[in-house]
Amino acid sequence: MPVISYREALNQAMREEMERDANVFIMGEEVGHYNGAYKVTQGLLQRFSERRVVDAPIAEMGFAGIGVGAAMVGLRPIIEFMTFNFSLVAIDQIVNNAAKIFQMSGGQYNIPIVFRGPSGPAVQVGSQHSQSFESYYAHVPGLKVVMPSTAKDAKGLLKTAIRDENPVVFMEGETLYNTTWDVPEGEELIPIGVADIKREGKDITLIAWSKMVWTCLDAATALAKEGIECEIVDPRTLRPLDVETLATSVRKTGRCVIVEVGWPVAGFGAEVAYQMQKLCMDSLDAPIERVCSDDVPMPYAKNLEDEVQPQVKDVVAAVKRALYLE
Amino acid sequence: MVAPVVTASQTTPDTKRVESDEQQELVDTTTAELAPLYRQMLAIRRMEEACAKAYSTGKIGGFLHLIIGQEAVCVGAIAAIENKDYVVATYREHGHAYAKGVAARPIMAELYGKKTGLVKGLGGSMHLFDKPTNFLGGYGIVGGHVPIAAGAAFASKYRGDGAVTLCFFGEGASTIGGFAEGLALAALWKLPVVLICENNQYSMGTPVYRSLAVEDVSLRALAHGMPRDRFDGDDVVKVKRRIAEAVERARTTGEPSLVEVVTYRFRGHSMSDPGLYRTKDEVEEWRRRDPLNRSRQRLLDLGFPESELNALEEDVKAEIEDAVKFAEDSPPADEYFPYVIKE
Repeated sequence: MPVISYREALNQAMREEMERDANVFIMGEEVGHYNGAYKVTQGLLQRFSERRVVDAPIAEMGFAGIGVGAAMVGLRPIIEFMTFNFSLVAIDQIVNNAAKIFQMSGGQYNIPIVFRGPSGPAVQVGSQHSQSFESYYAHVPGLKVVMPSTAKDAKGLLKTAIRDENPVVFMEGETLYNTTWDVPEGEELIPIGVADIKREGKDITLIAWSKMVWTCLDAATALAKEGIECEIVDPRTLRPLDVETLATSVRKTGRCVIVEVGWPVAGFGAEVAYQMQKLCMDSLDAPIERVCSDDVPMPYAKNLEDEVQPQVKDVVAAVKRALYLE
Repeated sequence: MVAPVVTASQTTPDTKRVESDEQQELVDTTTAELAPLYRQMLAIRRMEEACAKAYSTGKIGGFLHLIIGQEAVCVGAIAAIENKDYVVATYREHGHAYAKGVAARPIMAELYGKKTGLVKGLGGSMHLFDKPTNFLGGYGIVGGHVPIAAGAAFASKYRGDGAVTLCFFGEGASTIGGFAEGLALAALWKLPVVLICENNQYSMGTPVYRSLAVEDVSLRALAHGMPRDRFDGDDVVKVKRRIAEAVERARTTGEPSLVEVVTYRFRGHSMSDPGLYRTKDEVEEWRRRDPLNRSRQRLLDLGFPESELNALEEDVKAEIEDAVKFAEDSPPADEYFPYVIKE
């Protein structure tokens, strides 16, 4: 099985789906001639021409809305945000139009569209470019929210998202583009709404998505040396959320730590914690722990930036709290 | 003394003057062309009056924005397109839906919140949609629908299907980002869309002269190299002719246009608005320009028999009474979960 990067996996997914369906097109800033701000659309312009790989000027609300209108009448747009930080100026199109038109129209017009791009803090890009908005979008009925952590998940889920009949907010980890994973060649679709166990363990369940899966893998390796076996469950899609797979793991281990890079207040982890306490009350041996970024806009200085975000040591400490080892 | 922040809007050398009532020239037409347009306008007015009545008795809820006084704009413009063409409209869109071919029955039932409503009681007054007639909807966020119209036009260009999209919005939308971005992208990509500003001179309670630095909205087209037009919306045939020019341009060359039609709503912004920001004289002046009276008189002048006109008006009355009865008798809306996510 070939080992490829997360970036290449996304590129393959779009290339294959565009080969498969002439109604699929890509629109966004720098997606064509520049080959993508993060090179995710590398080579697609040469393959598919300017008709299907459309460089947009800086007008997120405008081109996100054009995507919604095109989707209403039968096309299947992929709208790239250079980063999800810029999606906020287009959020009216996503929340008020894409998410609602199927319902407002009494089921007449569904919106098969993918809004994709990098999300979450990168490295020293300051507060306006270092944000995790998954809880904003996961709050909205009518949307699906996907956050793959590996190249394999990225490819399989993006292909599924492009074929979905509904608006999908597809948030890529900005620091994950160079990470690699075994990815099957060709057609392997991963269903939206199915969690994945990234590591099996008996002592405690870590629930994490996107780049926090990698932090948890490192924490689990460290904890294994102390004889603590962590099970890491990656929901992969936040809406719909595969609560059953999550709960099955928590019932097995009796303990749960939820790790997210977003802010703590009304973060998506709070919803996960609610679901787990409701479904697993009789199995829990300790309160559910959450690990989040600090409740501040992201500072620039590298040492402060690291301090704000969940690190391996923070996950290790939370695990030990949940095991009453500290 | 500190200067006031708000100053009256300006005219510029490029401002297109709208003719006053006295300056109007008659546009050539026939009774065969005008009678159906008059019938549509009258049906919309009677439907709006029926809505107001039902609202006052609590049978229609929420926000209700009536188009009374502005009927010639949607009827004239939509008469200039074909069924395959798309229409995108605002929350003041009952008339646009009707003019595109939606029957009064499902519109009225929708406003009553009934299962038989156009969108099953899920949308209400502000969100009418109809796929069979390519009516792409009524939108409640001002200006947010302009990019959607550009998107439908993008799809037409992508597929080469020859369809044109009409997008309606008020002059109040001309200050918001959705309009600016939709306009810019439609111009940049040469999308076959006609952007129609229904300038009823008030964004809710704020008159144009206190909301725009330059009163001519169509001037925005110049910055984008886009064709523009500006005229009054009193004469439904004139609206049809002038919009047809823009539609033809869009269909044959793909070029979008910005067309401003100056009109007037006789009632408040919505049912909760008594319209205290306007003088009685001003409202009376515009009532004298009523597009329905103008068309009715023109029909008579063209030799349309008064007896046939009376029959037409009786027919409209019966149509709307039937729609109200249908709405009254229909079962209540009963489901919403199936329409959140398409399986």
